[in-house]
Amino acid sequence: MLIKNTTLAHLTAAMIALCSFTLSPASAQDASTTVVEEKTTTTVVETTTAPAPAEPSLEKRIAGLEAYINNVDPAGSKIEALAGPGHNAWMMTSAALVLFMTLPGLALFYGGLVRAKNVLSILAMCLGLAGMVTILWWAVGYSLVFGTNFGSPFLGGTEYFFLKGVGAAPNTTYAYWISQSVFCIYQLTFAIITPALIFGATAERMKFSAVMLFSALWMFVVYFPLAHMVWGGTGLMNGVWNADAKIPAIDFAGGTVVHMSSGWSALLLCILLGRRVGFGKVPMPPHSMVLCMVGTGMLWVGWYGFNAGSALAADGIAANAFLTTTLAAATGAFVWAMLEAIFKGHPSILGFCSGAVAGLVVITPAAGFVDSTGAMIIGLAAGVVPFLAVTYLKAKLGYDDALDTFGVHAVGGTMGALLTGILATDSVNSNLVSDAYALKNGLKAALQGGTLWTVQLQAIALTLALALIGTLIVTLIVKFTIGLRATAEDEAAGLDISDHGEEGYIFNK
Amino acid sequence: MKKIEAIIKPFKLEEVKEALADLGIEGMTVSEVKGFGRQKGHTEIYRGSEYTVDFLPKIKIEVVVTDALLDGALAAIVKSAKTGKIGDGKVFVSPVEEAIRIRTDETGEKAI
Repeated sequence: MLIKNTTLAHLTAAMIALCSFTLSPASAQDASTTVVEEKTTTTVVETTTAPAPAEPSLEKRIAGLEAYINNVDPAGSKIEALAGPGHNAWMMTSAALVLFMTLPGLALFYGGLVRAKNVLSILAMCLGLAGMVTILWWAVGYSLVFGTNFGSPFLGGTEYFFLKGVGAAPNTTYAYWISQSVFCIYQLTFAIITPALIFGATAERMKFSAVMLFSALWMFVVYFPLAHMVWGGTGLMNGVWNADAKIPAIDFAGGTVVHMSSGWSALLLCILLGRRVGFGKVPMPPHSMVLCMVGTGMLWVGWYGFNAGSALAADGIAANAFLTTTLAAATGAFVWAMLEAIFKGHPSILGFCSGAVAGLVVITPAAGFVDSTGAMIIGLAAGVVPFLAVTYLKAKLGYDDALDTFGVHAVGGTMGALLTGILATDSVNSNLVSDAYALKNGLKAALQGGTLWTVQLQAIALTLALALIGTLIVTLIVKFTIGLRATAEDEAAGLDISDHGEEGYIFNK
Repeated sequence: MKKIEAIIKPFKLEEVKEALADLGIEGMTVSEVKGFGRQKGHTEIYRGSEYTVDFLPKIKIEVVVTDALLDGALAAIVKSAKTGKIGDGKVFVSPVEEAIRIRTDETGEKAI
């Protein structure tokens, strides 16, 4: 008993922490702690008397509990291959939050910005993608991104087709403590919002059938390969978790995968699609800044799941991402609106909303890798650079990026990927210098040598090339099969009636 | 009989209505209208896009009065609708040939 005193103290402390995840009433905590002490006393006696027990040793069992707290591998303990309740709870919450970003966050943000006659076309796009991408994800998408049996840096594998074997046990290639079923759905919500972002640029003129066909093809050509390259276990650009990554870049929550890919694809697609009829001549103001603001608030709240959830655990890295996300969003919103006040005369609601989204976009790749100072720098940059892009660059170049997907997501995402390389610090995330991965693939050396930004530039170039070439191919296929645009007559009347047979608003009828 | 059409700023409607009521004028027709004169419109900016809103919301009051009340009514409208700033509106006067109260078949000045 004496020699086990310190071990027992450790076990008790671990159990108290564990109970605080699982039990809420204080009295229940006290009671279970007492019970645990009695049980472990018995175990100690058994292990010292019985030789070669089938059960893991007490040390192994304690190590398993500590692994739960520290979000590391519990192999050899009794809780191996089980999901941890606290981590799992946070990831289910995060998955719901990220879905909330699309339904209805993005639907309202974009829906408010179009004219009243097209509001349903935006809502239908978001709902349609939530449905279609989920089916693709179930059939092959999850496996092509997070499978590994191709052994390829560019695409995953076939082992999880139709979600075979995706259940309650964690997939330890990605996370030790969350059920693979939860991981799969969490990643699905990213796959839903990414194509949805693209169609802000093409709003009010691209027909629904073309949106769906484009997205189905684009997921295979751009998203699945890119998401595997950045986040897959054998991914080419997965600097943090693949020891063999040829480009040891970092992207915490999807600056390249989500924002750069959708933003640059949006630019090319809206140019190939052509401008809206009457663009620049007919006023096309937003029909509801109120809906737009409501959607922005939902995006901001949902983004906590997007960024803090990308830690894939309820740990200190998630906590840091929660902090940096808030700082960047708030700073971006304030700076953008103040620039408007100075240069345009009024701080507008659309300015506040745009700045908040820009701040969230730019912090996305950096959220779990930068400290609070880095987040403030990112927030400031997010308020300035995308503001200049949508206010002056767009007017100068004349492309009709209707809702500024390019100006916010491509410009912001690209800048975020680069700034992440400059501002990342291992003081908030030791995975950046891990012996198992970062040392082997060169990430540690790049971070400590100050050259990570050049690695990030390689990732940016590859993402840009894949997004643009992939979009060109997919756009041409859609254009020469079912066509891209609604007829001029339907466009004038609004897509809600021609594509969906409904109107968004019926008053006094 | 004369018809007065007054285009005024919307927030001045109550004052104009009360000023006319004080003269014993018992009815009027009011419409929400849009238009512009020297005031022109205003500019709205949504990110990089600027839109000029040419037509501003105004109120049109139509009231038919006897010849005897005309000068008093015009003075009351102008006085109560005036702010002295651009966009106060305009008043038009035109002759009315006949008026009929539908319920009683009364005609002429008795009908207004």
